Amino acid sequence: MFTYDPVLFSRILTELTLTFHIIYATIGVGVPLMIAIAQWVGIRKKDEHYILLARRWTRGFVITVAVGVVTGTAIGLQLSLLWPNFMNLAGQVISLPLFMETFAFFFEAIFLGIYLYTWDRFNDQKKHFLLLIPVAIGSSASALFITIVNAFMNTPQGFELKNGVITNIQPLVAMFTPAMPTKVAHVLTTAYMTSAFVLASIAAYHLFKGNRHPYHKKALHLTMKAALIFSLATIVVGDLSGKFLAKYQPEKLAAAEWHFETSTHAPLVLFGTLDDNKDVKNAIKIPYALSILAHNQPSAEVTGLNDIPKEEQPPLYIHYLFDLMVLIGIWLTVIAALYWAGMKKGLAFTMKKSFLLQLVWSGPLAMLAIEIGWYFTEVGRQPWILRGYMKTAEAATKSAHVDTLLVVFSLLYIVLGIASVVVLTKMFRNNPVERELEERAFNQGGVSS
Amino acid sequence: MTLEIVGISVLWLFLFGYIIVASIDFGAGFFSAYSEIANKKHVIHQVIQRYLSPVWEVTNVFLVFFFVGMVGFFPKTAYYYGTILLVPASISIILLAIRGSYYAFSTYGIKDNKAYMFLYGMTGVFIPASLSIVLTISEGGFVRMDGREPALLYKQLFVSPFTWSVVLLSLTSVLYISANFLTYYANAAGDDRARDLLRQYALVWSGPTILSALVIIYQLKHHNAEHYTKMMDVSWMFVVSFLFFVLSLYLLIKKRYFGWSFISLVLQYAFAFYAYGISHYPYLLYPYLTIYDSFTNRTMAVALVIAFIAGLFLLVPSLFLLLKLFLFDKKYVKGQV
Repeated sequence: MFTYDPVLFSRILTELTLTFHIIYATIGVGVPLMIAIAQWVGIRKKDEHYILLARRWTRGFVITVAVGVVTGTAIGLQLSLLWPNFMNLAGQVISLPLFMETFAFFFEAIFLGIYLYTWDRFNDQKKHFLLLIPVAIGSSASALFITIVNAFMNTPQGFELKNGVITNIQPLVAMFTPAMPTKVAHVLTTAYMTSAFVLASIAAYHLFKGNRHPYHKKALHLTMKAALIFSLATIVVGDLSGKFLAKYQPEKLAAAEWHFETSTHAPLVLFGTLDDNKDVKNAIKIPYALSILAHNQPSAEVTGLNDIPKEEQPPLYIHYLFDLMVLIGIWLTVIAALYWAGMKKGLAFTMKKSFLLQLVWSGPLAMLAIEIGWYFTEVGRQPWILRGYMKTAEAATKSAHVDTLLVVFSLLYIVLGIASVVVLTKMFRNNPVERELEERAFNQGGVSS
Repeated sequence: MTLEIVGISVLWLFLFGYIIVASIDFGAGFFSAYSEIANKKHVIHQVIQRYLSPVWEVTNVFLVFFFVGMVGFFPKTAYYYGTILLVPASISIILLAIRGSYYAFSTYGIKDNKAYMFLYGMTGVFIPASLSIVLTISEGGFVRMDGREPALLYKQLFVSPFTWSVVLLSLTSVLYISANFLTYYANAAGDDRARDLLRQYALVWSGPTILSALVIIYQLKHHNAEHYTKMMDVSWMFVVSFLFFVLSLYLLIKKRYFGWSFISLVLQYAFAFYAYGISHYPYLLYPYLTIYDSFTNRTMAVALVIAFIAGLFLLVPSLFLLLKLFLFDKKYVKGQV
């Protein structure tokens, strides 16, 4: 089907590994925070339901962590295996955050192990809660450091390149790039948001199925509240990210918005199609919105794609990715706000099946938005791997067999994906909340008598 | 001491750490699977599981740490080894992925799946074999340069007796290290039957380990004479290593001081491993890549060393806590909490 082209296959394989890894990584960053919140609420309210919530989430979390760890190891090695030229160059400037990421990961791994195996060793649950803090910090710190590396690839700085020789390196400048604040904030808020929605989906699913146990209601209430807060934060950060793009990566924003001619009062283009003359058809245009998104002023000038050299333009299909990501984000914020209003005002619609169904879908939708968002940001910096310095094609390996490995890794991810879903469903289906609550009550009764 | 030496010493230490903790892990998997087939599962399964559960994730980090540090301190290794190792390292990744995820699946999810047990045991043997290929390649003779592009000579690598000796050493070492440690752990747990069985395993594997090590030294004489000569310069370290081997084995036979037996074993491997490493100096990939021409710029090297020291302040107490709770806590080891 394809002629052997290591660049193409390296790109597909990297994309595949990251697509798969990001699902587990997002859960890995967000869920520890949610577990910590549930545990904290449980201790504060002295409510068994929340403690059990934390325990059950943790048990599921271990499975996702395992897949996250092994796919993370895979992408870590693949960076050097598939992109040796890139690592040879960038490794001299950016290895510091990569190195720090492993420390964060190490820290998290140690405390997760301790947390998991000391459930019943402390009489005081507060002590046990303290163990969750390093887990949550470690997982968010990994995300921070690895996003710093990605931010560097988007806006490299902190070195000089003369005739292929790198000089004048400043490791900290390379870490604190212009892309770094918005990227890190966006990755963290969306990971928290997605995890909250994923856990809300589970609770909503039980309620949707007709199980009205207070455990599930509490779970939904807690997760939806968190989801609303993180969604609002995501919208703020998303807006800042747009302004960052306008200033530092105008070609990405222009391609995302099909904004060809540099102009003031630029409209925001939603969906639509492009004809052969690159005229936008069938689109919804929101006047001034792009200028506002880019510079906070309806009259501001936004750089168009025609001002970017042709060989440095990203593919135009990223427009759809951008639209979809934003649309899902807004839709999720709306339903979280509706849920919140419904609970506050005592409106009964939050327990209606039709509304619950929306909540069931919220987790998968949020995860979809994460994937689409990453495609947008990564494809949006093509053809560069190191914007302004190194093209993707120069960075890839020239080794044989990348095509075979692509097939093998695809199989691996399919098997891991299916197996993790099967294991997770079995785990919880064979041990429903009601039974576990009974057992816990029985055990505790047994101790006190 | 130059920064290059500091860099490679730190990495060598982490690689050694990985070899020890991973060997325990891989061997434990193998013994678990074997005991299932040999119908002795009830004897050792509990002890092994109790040790492995809290540490399996940490083991993996040692490896990640090593290769991230390698690329950080020596970015050119990403170019050379990255290009050469595409296939062998991918095989290792896949085996590690199967092993890591299925460990979690079976421990926390579906229990007692035989097919999985078999898979888990087999990966425990194949992973060390696939990883040890890197050591073989570093000796030179298996890489061809096409202009600037290095390429791996699969056929030469596959038919070389040297390759297979290294594979054999890694296999026997995994089983020996693991059995020795688990003997100590079972003894601490007061589980005499598990201890006796594991002690038997350790005794069985002690002979092949030392034999394959000797064979490698002999073969290196023909494969890489320069390295061999340098090894002879530090031959005293190999002698010390051998003495620790004898001490460790003696204690094992005498059924006394299992903890000391394991410590001697660690020292045995440490001396041999460092003697090997020191004599390999200054090459990372003989004869193309030395630690000097691949070293990163000074600024980054200093930054990495600082990050490393800061990281240790975080890691060492945490690791200590982990060991204290799960390795030196009598109640936990005995399965009472």
